[in-house]
Amino acid sequence: MEVGILAYGGYIPQSRLQRSEIAKAHSWFNPGLNGLAKGERAMANWDEDSVTMAVEAARDCLADSDRGDVSAVYMASTSFPFMDRQNAGIVADALNLSSSLQTLDFASSQRAGSAGLSTALQVAKGGSGPILFTTAEKRQTKAASPLEFTSGDGAAAFLVGQGKVIARLIGSHTEAVDFVDHFRGEGEAYDYNWEERWIRDEGYLKIVPSAISALLSETGVKAEDITTFCFPVAARGVAAMLAKKLGLPESAVADNLQATCGETGTAHSMVMLAHAIENSKPGDKILVASFGQGSDALLFEVTEEINSLSPRKGVSGHLARRYAETNYGKFLAFHNLINLERGIRAETDKKTGLTTLYRNKGMTQAMIGGQCSQCGTAQFPKSNMCVNENCGAIGTQEDYPFAERLSKVNSFTADRLTYSPDPPAYYGMIQFEEGGRLMSDFTDISPETDIQVGMPMRMMFRIKDYDDKRGFRRYFWKAAPADASNKGE
Amino acid sequence: MASGIKDKVAIIGMGCSKFGERWNNNAEDLMIEAYVEALEDAGIEKSQIEAAWLGTAIEEEHVGKSAVPLSMALRLPNIPVTRVENYCASGSEAFRGAVYAVASGACDIALALGVEKLKDTGYGGLPQRNRGSVNDLFWANASAPGSFAQLASAYSAKHGVSKEDMKRAMAHISVKSHDNGSKNPKAHLRNKINEEKVMNAPMIAEPLGLFDCCGVSDGSACAIVTTPEIAKSLGKKDLITVKALQLSASNGTEAQHNSWDGSYFVTTRAAANRAYKEAGITKPRDQVSMFEVHDCFSITELVTMEDLFISEEGDAVNDVMNGFYDADGKVPCQIDGGLKCFGHPIGASGLRMIYEMYLQMQGRAGERQRKEEPVVGMTHNLGGFPHQNVCSITIVGKEGA
Repeated sequence: MEVGILAYGGYIPQSRLQRSEIAKAHSWFNPGLNGLAKGERAMANWDEDSVTMAVEAARDCLADSDRGDVSAVYMASTSFPFMDRQNAGIVADALNLSSSLQTLDFASSQRAGSAGLSTALQVAKGGSGPILFTTAEKRQTKAASPLEFTSGDGAAAFLVGQGKVIARLIGSHTEAVDFVDHFRGEGEAYDYNWEERWIRDEGYLKIVPSAISALLSETGVKAEDITTFCFPVAARGVAAMLAKKLGLPESAVADNLQATCGETGTAHSMVMLAHAIENSKPGDKILVASFGQGSDALLFEVTEEINSLSPRKGVSGHLARRYAETNYGKFLAFHNLINLERGIRAETDKKTGLTTLYRNKGMTQAMIGGQCSQCGTAQFPKSNMCVNENCGAIGTQEDYPFAERLSKVNSFTADRLTYSPDPPAYYGMIQFEEGGRLMSDFTDISPETDIQVGMPMRMMFRIKDYDDKRGFRRYFWKAAPADASNKGE
Repeated sequence: MASGIKDKVAIIGMGCSKFGERWNNNAEDLMIEAYVEALEDAGIEKSQIEAAWLGTAIEEEHVGKSAVPLSMALRLPNIPVTRVENYCASGSEAFRGAVYAVASGACDIALALGVEKLKDTGYGGLPQRNRGSVNDLFWANASAPGSFAQLASAYSAKHGVSKEDMKRAMAHISVKSHDNGSKNPKAHLRNKINEEKVMNAPMIAEPLGLFDCCGVSDGSACAIVTTPEIAKSLGKKDLITVKALQLSASNGTEAQHNSWDGSYFVTTRAAANRAYKEAGITKPRDQVSMFEVHDCFSITELVTMEDLFISEEGDAVNDVMNGFYDADGKVPCQIDGGLKCFGHPIGASGLRMIYEMYLQMQGRAGERQRKEEPVVGMTHNLGGFPHQNVCSITIVGKEGA
């Protein structure tokens, strides 16, 4: 039975920091940074992390797939919010998947993304149900570092398994080489990097070709037959050099999205793969290679099933959902790169009772409300007594997930008094089309958003509060402006 | 069928501290200030007080829990003392407790005192605080102004009032309260302002600017109540009696059920209907001579005047702009400056409103005294958020009115 990709999804945060703004702040210190001052990089909102972005990519990927079939959730990142608490498990919970599920995190390398997909494909080959593989990165970078310019935040997700695959796995090969071009030691926030020229000449141009050559020779596919070559490294011209060296068609070299998004760390080979699939046609051969203590190379052939896949935003759709952020100060504040005076209101203790959270996990992480089996009224949160004044039945509430439902704004405000990492805090009453409502935080209100009563909204899984004292963060769903491509459940 | 509270209890003494930024006073000092005035006004001895109620809301910012702080501050002789908290209705709840105790015959004379000391936070506005361990998991990051501000967006959408007309009417409300507050020596804010100043003030929570928000103050107010018979036996004449005491609490309909459109207060309408009935009032617009309503924000006052059935629904903007609620208007609203300018020490506010009624009805309101003494007055507190709150309504008036 063929194994491959059943569906894909992507997610890029809507805010795009203009690199020229970073250069304005730092070129006095390092004029060389002016050479990186072109284009824009995706910038996660203050309430986004790799887990929330992975959830968004996974929702995009699962669009109308049956979530009940998913047998495992894997997540790859080098910027996990939790070092000891399975991050893939949070993703699975947010997607309201059953607990009868394997969950696993892949980490510690810029190759974790491709390795995770490769592993998922191998497991799926063994005959498990579909596996949801997600990868996301929100890389922490030092101010005025080249990585600050070239990185971007983003995520991709794939449903892999057997059956109606849209991209069949032809083969994969991994070279594992402990080539330390950069590292991040225990307890360190930032990467330590070695010289770029050495990394290019001895790393990219030697290790990656061995992986790809081995893959082509194992699969018997000719280099000139490759339609798309995804290589995620930001450094200019490297993918083209590799293509030339390996005999791949020049036209196969895929856009590394440096101009519009930036390199999304370990997720980037996968973001590029998702981008390649969404622009592919049946018969296309997509080669994706990564780099990080070796190289993974995977080769796919797009099938006719691609034509029957339901529409999704993907990488392109999310790239189009954008606004230009010209305030580099905001980026510094969101990443704690400056000691911002946040005011006394920011001191409120955000401690989460873990018992409280576990007991209310369905409500907070999966946004499960209730529906009265007697009168049909939907309500959030679920409680044991129906909110309908003409009903009030006790013990009739059945689980009713709200996360995928669309709502409309009933009332709203922009609050400059309450503490928010990104004032003003937008929130308001939202009303779900099939019933139920919530006084909800809003997110992703861009300077271009003109909020109105009646405006359609969709829910997004976000960080509700940071507990800096204890290194915890709690998640919940927030309402964001919906666009024409958002369909209700 | 319950007969209601009408004319069963009389107020024989009231006191109110100066409201404001009382940097150099503890809550206990403010309590004593209000109590001493009330006791002198009542002309009784401390030993005649048989039970007391303390209303305070954000006790963690000042006195801490329980009724002990009141008992200790006033050195009460080990009588029953109860502390009540019900958001911004806390002061009115203390009053309700004392009045019900007297009406039931459980005691002859009871005291209600409200206090709040809010200016020890280090910043302006109400204290930022947690809302309960489960609520913190899913409640919006909402402040008081942000919650009440939403009335404006829903009200405008429902009644087709333009943002500009709303903002102008809201501004008129605040200007009126500043005019009134300027004549009140106990008020926190005594400066006069104009509409332009309100309209151009910094935004707090859209569309509420700085001057659409009430003051956050330190202060205390106190009432001593007894039966009309005992009041008369103490030599009191022209009694001010309680006509109605009503309370209404949200049950989740506004927050969770799509039957509420966000433009009005469900609880205020329920409490007002019951209060008018209890007081025997059938034409409130004609029969109630003055209002002290919960003008925590200008928009709250505007919407509330419809929910109390004084302005027709959708017509409060016109009444406001026509001066109907001004100090010299048909029915003055916040003639003492309101929460806006008298200030809003949460636990004291409900009692402060009754204090103004009590003074006006006795012709003791000084520079701000209505020419014609009010006969029946209504106070209104709204605690919480428009989508989940408690509303308390008290009607007092001259005996027999």
